[in-house]
Amino acid sequence: MSTESVTGWNREAMAKRAALDIPNGAYVNLGIGIPEKVAQYVPEGREVIYHTENGLLGMGVAPEPGQEDPELINAGKKPVTTIPGAAFFHHADSFAMIRGQHIDICVLGAMQVAENGDLANWSTGAPDAIPAVGGAMDLVAGVKTIYVITQHCTKDGEPKLVSQCSYPLTGQGVVSRIYTDLAVIDVTAAGFEVIELAPGISFDYVQARTGTRLIAGKQLAA
Amino acid sequence: MINKHYGSVASAVADIHDGATVMIGGFGEAGSPIELIHALIDHGAKNLTVVNNNTGSGHVGLAALIENKQVGKMICSFPRTANSTVFPDLYRAGEIELELVPQGTLAERIRAGGAGIPAFYTATSVGTPLAEGKEVRTFDGRDYIMERGLKADFALIKCQQADRHGNLIYNKTARNFAPIMAMAATTTIVQAGAYVEAGEIDPEAVVTPGIFVDRIVTVAAPAQESLLVAAGRSYP
Repeated sequence: MSTESVTGWNREAMAKRAALDIPNGAYVNLGIGIPEKVAQYVPEGREVIYHTENGLLGMGVAPEPGQEDPELINAGKKPVTTIPGAAFFHHADSFAMIRGQHIDICVLGAMQVAENGDLANWSTGAPDAIPAVGGAMDLVAGVKTIYVITQHCTKDGEPKLVSQCSYPLTGQGVVSRIYTDLAVIDVTAAGFEVIELAPGISFDYVQARTGTRLIAGKQLAA
Repeated sequence: MINKHYGSVASAVADIHDGATVMIGGFGEAGSPIELIHALIDHGAKNLTVVNNNTGSGHVGLAALIENKQVGKMICSFPRTANSTVFPDLYRAGEIELELVPQGTLAERIRAGGAGIPAFYTATSVGTPLAEGKEVRTFDGRDYIMERGLKADFALIKCQQADRHGNLIYNKTARNFAPIMAMAATTTIVQAGAYVEAGEIDPEAVVTPGIFVDRIVTVAAPAQESLLVAAGRSYP
């Protein structure tokens, strides 16, 4: 067995796979972490406009060292740049773009996703934790299509794809598709449907690491 | 003649009273009116309710205001930062209250407050712990919760340029909450990188119309919060 068949996709490959599903002309909001990497893998020839909820459409790449501007940052508070045609706006307008369903796609991380599309990604509910939600609840409630990129299991090997979230929810029935290190999985009315497997990964291997029953998509038979 | 210009940050914040609700602009350090916040620390008003997206970093600016025990309650969306334990420590000790609000709901509550709208419905947070106890209504088959507009006694904000009438323009993503906070506060206090004569800002380019602005103080070279934090500075 090769190393690849044990580990599935790495973080870069997960981002690269998700990027294939970002169409030309899309307005996209990317969450912190692996989702941020999606921008660098969008296939050439597609023009995508990135939104950051702190008030910028047309976010560009990170600046060269020494060129950082503390007043030009993204929602993760990291320095960014603008592309030609960028626009700044205040927070209420920014979230009108989100809540008003003007943003096409949001890619987020997850702690848990349930088979009905419920997402938990802001709090473990631990009593000593400082609760912090940011814009996650607004994004999942308002953006037209929600994609999740996440490791298939936690560091302790617990499934993140479950029948029902045990952590406090970010939103109900909001997730459309999940990209993990093992597979691409759609949330359907019938439950989680595996539409693609990472190289060397079997359906049974994914099922054994998932907290609920998976459906094998037609695409897998090909 | 209209004159909203104040000669010092101290005079601009001198009447902020104990128990006041104060909206403070900024998203992290971008747009944070650090000189006005430090003037509020010097002034010493206590038991404030502060509205900001975050809770500050290091031991300067908003974090210093909290550390100085002037804030009884924070209304914010994201009270954690990588480089500050000021808020978390006080929160765990039960010495500061937190009203956690999703970021977009916070922005819309502020906008609504400034626009004379007492409440509105949003799908954000439906089915989550942050919707508990809130009125739910169904419109066109979807559930929404009622959220209240938010007003303040004072807003402290930062802009790049202000004219004599109080028309403001901002710098890049430092704009964030400032325009809506200016609308929602009874008294809006602005620290401006530059103060110019009426007519010098193109009316087409004005972001915040002067009607929303009460006091302007020129702070030509504001401190950069992240540099102060990196240098281990604290205030006072």
